[in-house]
Order: sequence, then C-alpha cells, then structure tokens
Amino acid sequence: MTFNEYHARFDWDEIQQRIYSKTLSDVDRALSKKSPLDLEDFMALISEAALPRLEEMAQKSRALTLKRFGNTMQMYIPLYLSNECSNCCTYCGFSHLNKELERRTLSDLEILSEIKVIKETPFEHLLLVTGEDARTSGFEYLRHAVRLCKPYFKHLSIEVQPMGVEEYSVLASEGVSAVLVYQETYHRENYRKYHLAGKKSIFSYRMDTPDRICEAGIRKCGIGCLIGLEDWRTDSFFTALHLRYLEKKYWKTRFSISFPRLRPHAGLEDQKNIQTDRELIQLICAYRLFDPDVELSLSTRESPRFRDHAIRLGITSISAGSRTDPGGYSLSKTELPQFVINDDRTPEEVCKVVRENGYEVVWKDWDPSLDAL
Amino acid sequence: MKNLEIGGRQFQSRLFLGTGKFGSPEMMMKAVASSETEMVTVALKRMDLQKKEDSILSALRGFKGILLPNTSGARDAKEAVFAAHMAREALGTSWLKLEIHPDPRYLLPDPVETLKAAEILVKDGFVVLPYIQADPVLCKRLEEAGTAAVMPLAAPIGSNSGLQTRSMLEIIIEQSNVPVVIDAGLGAPSHACAAMEMGADACLVNTAIAVAGNPEAMGECFRDAVAAGRRAYETGLPTASRAAASSPLTSFLDL
Repeated sequence: MTFNEYHARFDWDEIQQRIYSKTLSDVDRALSKKSPLDLEDFMALISEAALPRLEEMAQKSRALTLKRFGNTMQMYIPLYLSNECSNCCTYCGFSHLNKELERRTLSDLEILSEIKVIKETPFEHLLLVTGEDARTSGFEYLRHAVRLCKPYFKHLSIEVQPMGVEEYSVLASEGVSAVLVYQETYHRENYRKYHLAGKKSIFSYRMDTPDRICEAGIRKCGIGCLIGLEDWRTDSFFTALHLRYLEKKYWKTRFSISFPRLRPHAGLEDQKNIQTDRELIQLICAYRLFDPDVELSLSTRESPRFRDHAIRLGITSISAGSRTDPGGYSLSKTELPQFVINDDRTPEEVCKVVRENGYEVVWKDWDPSLDAL
Repeated sequence: MKNLEIGGRQFQSRLFLGTGKFGSPEMMMKAVASSETEMVTVALKRMDLQKKEDSILSALRGFKGILLPNTSGARDAKEAVFAAHMAREALGTSWLKLEIHPDPRYLLPDPVETLKAAEILVKDGFVVLPYIQADPVLCKRLEEAGTAAVMPLAAPIGSNSGLQTRSMLEIIIEQSNVPVVIDAGLGAPSHACAAMEMGADACLVNTAIAVAGNPEAMGECFRDAVAAGRRAYETGLPTASRAAASSPLTSFLDL
C-alpha cells in the first residue's frame, strides 16, 4: 500500500474536528508520556488547547533535541538552477501564470559562477532547486548539474519536480543523498484549487513521491506541507501521519520536515489559515515530542529573531545567506525570488548567533566515501 | 589499575570518548583533557580530510592518544570497507571503529554486515573495533574473525539509559578473549562504574559528556567512575551474603 492509498482511509473534516476538540487534559496526558508519541498525542499537542503548555513543550523539545542531536546545528545553502515552470500554483512566484517573471535556467558557466561564490563560504551541503519544466530543467539537465556540483560539495540535496524510482536511483548513484518534496496540502479536494495545471496538479502522483524516493534508496527524504494554504493543524497531522507511515515502511531512510510558511500578503485567498509565530513554535515542539529522531529544518523565509530562538527549541538544520533566484549569488541583475527572504544576514552573522547559543556549526556531516561510489 | 592492551598498544585510561555533539571543538578538547582518555573516536563523515584546517582534526592535533576514525553513516559492509580505506589513506592510521547502522533512527548495528566487513578489514590489516549488539555469539564470531576488541552496546546510542543489556554483557565478558568495550547508552558515571565492576575492559562515552551542562567536569566524573569500577573489579567485590535456612536440610546427617 502506498501513502496515497493509506491517506484515503482518513477523512479531513473528521480529523480536523478531532484536533479542535482536544482538551487540556489530552495535552497533559501527551506531555506525561515518553517520546515518541502516538498520533492522538500529536493532535493534542498541535491543538489550540496546548497553547497554555507551550513553555513546557519547548523545554521538553529542547531536551530531546540536545540528547539526540547534541549541541550542533547543520548548515545548508540552496542553489536555484531554474525558475522555469509549467505548473500553475496559485501561491508560487515561479507559477507559469506569472508572466512578469523573466525566466532563466542556468548554463554550465552560470552554475560554476554560482558555485565559485558559494565556495567563498564554508558550505559543504548544497540544495539544488528548480521549478518543473521538462523542456529546460528535466532529469537530464539535473543529472548534468549534479555532476557539475559534485566535485565541490560533500553533500548534495535536491528540491525539484517529482520523478520515478529509476530516475531517483540514477541520481542516488550520482551522489544525491537527499530529496525534498512537499505535498503543499494533504487536502485531496482543495489541492486542485491551488494547482491549476501542469503535472503537479495530479495529487496522487505527488503524494506517492516520498514512497518512490525511499524505494530508490535515497538516504534522506524531506517532507512537509505549505503552512497557510489550508488549516495548518490538519495539514500537519497528515504530515505526521505521512512521516510515521514512511518510517515504518522504509526503515533505512532518514527523514526531515520543513516549515515553509506563507506570510500574510495581498491575493492570499484565506488569511485565516495564517500561522502565528507562537503556533509555529508549537508545531516545531510537537513534531519533536512526536518523533525525537526526525530532522527539523528552517529556511531563511523566517525572520532573524524567530530563527535565533527556534534553533534552541528543536530545529536541527538551517540555511543562511540564501538567494532564491537563479543566478542570485553571482549575477548582478536577477529576477524575482521564489519567496521573500526574511533573514538576509550573511552566513558569518548567522553562525555567530548559532555559536553564541552554544552550538557547534556543522558544515560537513557526510563524506562521499560512505557512498562507496 | 592494570593497563589495558588493545591491538598491541597499552592504555592507562579505560575510558574512550566520542567527539560528536559537543558545542565546540574547544569544549570537546576540554573534556578530552579532563577525562584523561587515550582513545577518541571521530566520525569520518564529520571530518574534512581535504581541508588543512578541519576544525575537529585541528583541535585534536595535540592529542597524544589513538585517533579512532569511525564509519558512522555506512549502511552495509561495502560502504564501510570503502570508507575505512579512505580513512586509512587520509589519516595514516589502521585503527578503525567499525559502525554499520542501516537504521538511522536508533542507530542499531547490523550484525550480518558488521561481521562481513570485519572479516574483510582484518585481512586488509586494520585494527578493527566493531560496534555491535550485546550478542554473545556475534562477539565470538567477531573474535574469530580477528577483531582487536568487541564493543557491545549497553542501550541504544544517546539514550542515556544505562546497562539495559546487562545479562548479555555478563556472558560476553565471561566468554571473550579480546577486550570488551561497553559502547553506547551509558548516561551517568554510575552506569560506567557498574560496567567496569562487571569486568568490562573499557567504556566509550559520548552523549552523556557532550550534552552535560559542563562537559569538562563530566569528563572528570566519568574518568573517576571508570577507574573506581575497574579498581573494584580488580580488588574483588564481596559477594552478596547467602541466606541460611533456619532448619538446615542436611542436619539429619549429624544425628
């Protein structure tokens, strides 16, 4: 059974109703248990009823994270290869419908220029990002880009269009050790509202992508939902359900969760789903108590102040100095970014804060020799 | 306290340290110094062997003991053997902590792949210290394969839960002809002390020291606990007094 089939057993409205009917005693019961917790406990911890217990959740989350991951913070940097995209996602700057965006897919020389600039910093973990366009940045383009980048970085991850098992296997053999793919929303019916056209409009294909990533033997799979599209609590329940399903089925794969969060902006259809800072901290801590081993990652979408505190509460991996426009590191004139960066500090500035919080900054936590390629 | 001998080398300290999870290389080195350890293990994946100024290796430059690279991250024998050769080439040491844990959550070692890799690496001239389950038969098989020691776990890595595998560790210690190093799960000096009192040859500690409020002070605590436990073992612990039946079963013989 794939996750798409498993997911069909659950009713969104019923789950939402169960989360919103959790009480403080459900929260206290969850907090009295030893992690990992079950999904009922997770529902309690992400419910509104848990907000009065946020400090206790944060204390427990911090302790569990220190025990499992130590006083360390993993660092990565994204490299946007292309903003060309055949999908029409209502919330994304790369949407095919965005006619104002000048499209760009980096050439070999441009990729090497970007690498040159990035290598002036100590990053060894590179995340390659593209839109979804088979003509310009399809599988072969990506494989080629991986080959270009591989000699310069110890750890390569990708966040690109969903692919098949065979393609992921090839990329694994080329040295890609992590693939991130976000479901955006687990609401089967409303997914169509946000994904109007393109391959991404097929809900089930995207939903089964982590299964294919794991089957292909990719070492780490990152999942998540776009916080703010639908009710974040219900979507986060399904993310946790997905995580638990994957961990049980693919016991050799590592998993990470990211927290892409929509900010209030004009044109966003439903502002009521916007998540507050307090609620995002609640969610981070709830995931940690639910699963002490899962990696939790926070990008530069979030503000410096928020990130500087969140790293002490459960986050294990952050980016810094990011540009989210292709060519953003080395070209003077670039296009609009995919999302607005709230933390535009340099890697050095971010690292200083990380160290001041008592963490060792970890640039390298993988060695290609372990791939035995 | 008698010296410990592994792979033809003498050790006065019976406490080995892991180097992960420390807040900084400086903090790690303070704990290394205060614990008086003579063997530290470093994950190959954390070291940047191409950089002259790798932070961990630079910090350990003055360390006089054995630097024990480990293959943490390897999922099978093939990956571990390849990584071991890379480590030997780059660091110029044949000492190796063999770790193969395909399960990334609890980091539990794979016995089949570990034995397979150990057989190859011993033939390739490595001093192999395998991290393994507390499985007495597996320990004997590894000993037969020629490993320099065995490193059974007390509990899952980082769990700080102490000697959960005590019954199996007792059998391993009783049967082993190579040093037994209790690795993983020791969360308090008392755990390490108890392991040494049982007759373990050494303990390896990481999380309990690295994540302590004061790693330097905790390094000392483990140093003392390991030494006390070992001395108690060598001195001979008194056995628990036995119960005597109020009506002896053999008293009829005296009549």
